[in-house]
Amino acid sequence: MTSMQFWTFFFLILTFGIYIFIAWRSRVKETKEFYVASQGVPAVANGAAVAADWMSAASFIGMAGMIAFLGSDGSVYLMGWTGGYVLLALLLAPYLRKWGKFTVPEFVGDRYSDTVRVVAAVCAIVISFTYVVGQMTGGGVVFARFLGLSAEWAVVVAAVVIFFYAVLGGMKGITYTQVAQYIVLIIAYLIPAVAVSQAIGGFPIPQVTYGTILSELDALRVEFGLHEFIEAFAGRAGGQLDVFLVTLSLMLGTAGLPHVIIRFYTTKTVRGARFSAFWALFFISLLYLTAPAVGAFTNLNLLRGAQEATADNLPAWIQPWSDAGYVTVSAGDGSIDTVSNSADSGADLIVSNDILVLASPEISGLPAPIIGLMAAGGMAAALSTAAGLLLVISSAASHDIYYRMISKERASEKTQMLVGRLAMTGAVIVAIFAGLNPPAFVAQVVAFAFGLAASTFFPILILGVFWKKANATGAAAGMLTGLIFTGGYMIYTLEVFGTSANDHIFNVSPEGIGAIGAVVNFVVTIVVSNLTRPPSEHVQEMVEEIRYPQARRLTTGS
Amino acid sequence: MSDVTHESPSSGPPGEDLSWRQRYWKKNVRLLVILLAIWAAVSLGAGVLFIEPLNNIVILGFPLGLWFGQQGAIYTFVILILVYALWMDRIDDEFGVSERNGDGERA
Repeated sequence: MTSMQFWTFFFLILTFGIYIFIAWRSRVKETKEFYVASQGVPAVANGAAVAADWMSAASFIGMAGMIAFLGSDGSVYLMGWTGGYVLLALLLAPYLRKWGKFTVPEFVGDRYSDTVRVVAAVCAIVISFTYVVGQMTGGGVVFARFLGLSAEWAVVVAAVVIFFYAVLGGMKGITYTQVAQYIVLIIAYLIPAVAVSQAIGGFPIPQVTYGTILSELDALRVEFGLHEFIEAFAGRAGGQLDVFLVTLSLMLGTAGLPHVIIRFYTTKTVRGARFSAFWALFFISLLYLTAPAVGAFTNLNLLRGAQEATADNLPAWIQPWSDAGYVTVSAGDGSIDTVSNSADSGADLIVSNDILVLASPEISGLPAPIIGLMAAGGMAAALSTAAGLLLVISSAASHDIYYRMISKERASEKTQMLVGRLAMTGAVIVAIFAGLNPPAFVAQVVAFAFGLAASTFFPILILGVFWKKANATGAAAGMLTGLIFTGGYMIYTLEVFGTSANDHIFNVSPEGIGAIGAVVNFVVTIVVSNLTRPPSEHVQEMVEEIRYPQARRLTTGS
Repeated sequence: MSDVTHESPSSGPPGEDLSWRQRYWKKNVRLLVILLAIWAAVSLGAGVLFIEPLNNIVILGFPLGLWFGQQGAIYTFVILILVYALWMDRIDDEFGVSERNGDGERA
């Protein structure tokens, strides 16, 4: 066993032990604990849990690698995946918390109708599954490279660990495990970043120093056939319009993702929900602000290494990654002249986006314990997000569909818990199968979940809170047109379900279509709501009530 | 903190002056509009629409447009949410709808 494998095992077993211990301590008996952790989670802890839930394998493993190759246009992910929290914090979280139930379909069900509830539950399940596949793939990358496990076994091991604490602890177990996972993943992300920043930039704050290396980086990038890092709209084929739409799509999608919204139900108060959103974005920003720096530094080290390398004398980090299938070297003339992340580019050195972060300590020559820590961090990111998603899937199936629709709210507490746990088990098993047959790059798969969330949930949630006249017919019509429009365009432009890929219309990529889908949904919901009967007095009063955190008290003479 | 509040009828006795609700909501919405305008300006504005002209300004090696897209927008987002949470505390207090426990402390 190499020392790198030793440290990887060491940190993985240590962290898995911590997670399982926490899960055991916070095991639950009641549905309120299982779905919303008894609404007793402090704002800071909830913020950390949201951050871990949010930062997926895509954020941790894939994002900096994507930015390294995309350069300036990588900011679509940085702004998109953080900007959505502003929408969430200002427009949704406090109101949904005030309303205070278990799931997102439950809000739209009570606000609109049972039909909308079922449509929402199905959408929640589909979106969360799209997303969970990415986590399983991410976990697979870690195991395949560092432990030599096959990706198949990696997926199964990851799923078993999640299964253990999600089924046992429900939301409560998941939340407190996620707090621990946040700590693990942020330490794992920051230590190598700070070390590299100090080594290359001479100052330990990567957010500041990566500016100083951009000109050297760009000189090297041009030499190796890449576009300049600082050049806007060079990384994405669609240009400015597409960058705009993708950014907006990711923002709206972030605010509409059920597994994120659900987290704001777990705080004690409305005020707690607002501050949770602040803490969540604060914790998230620590990683997101570091990611472009990690991308730039790793890219620089990679290209510096490629400059000196010959076909017989490659940097040591390349061989194991190329054995795992993530790096291809084809230097026919003895030296490396071109570098790319695209398998079709025919470049001399092809590096997958997905490995740049995990390989960054090796590329930069950091010691073995840091590499092991990095692996544990990647696993923490994948596990925490997968657990949150599985909870949404199981709660949509057991609470929204079984309890509210099939048993007509007559099932006992005990039966509900059993169904909840069975649904979680089913979700884990399906996730394993999905993870064994993963499509495309980790982060790209995830990006499509956002388009669907942006075009289905976001508009009807916003209108549900801010416009009393939005009604059930409008919401159902809006969600369905949004879903069909966005899903249709994705199927039209991508090779999925055996269909062939067609050209992008007006250069709009499938990742950006969600923003237009959201507009379509808004328009349809508003038009149809205006043409049909407004909701009942009871529903309108409910919308009125969620605007105020507390019944008014006049004792203080305000 | 009650869990299910929407099932109770509108608070207060009949005939109570509810005009405070409109004033509260108006203040809330005005705050939202201001904060969301800043939100859009730093991200979709500085980071996408005006990135190319801003890139002509270089600070500490960063072209300014790139800096907004990868750093500045995110710093602003964090501050925006904090300002929102703190400002809403003030509005809640002003209208007597803040969540307090029996001792009058913030819950």
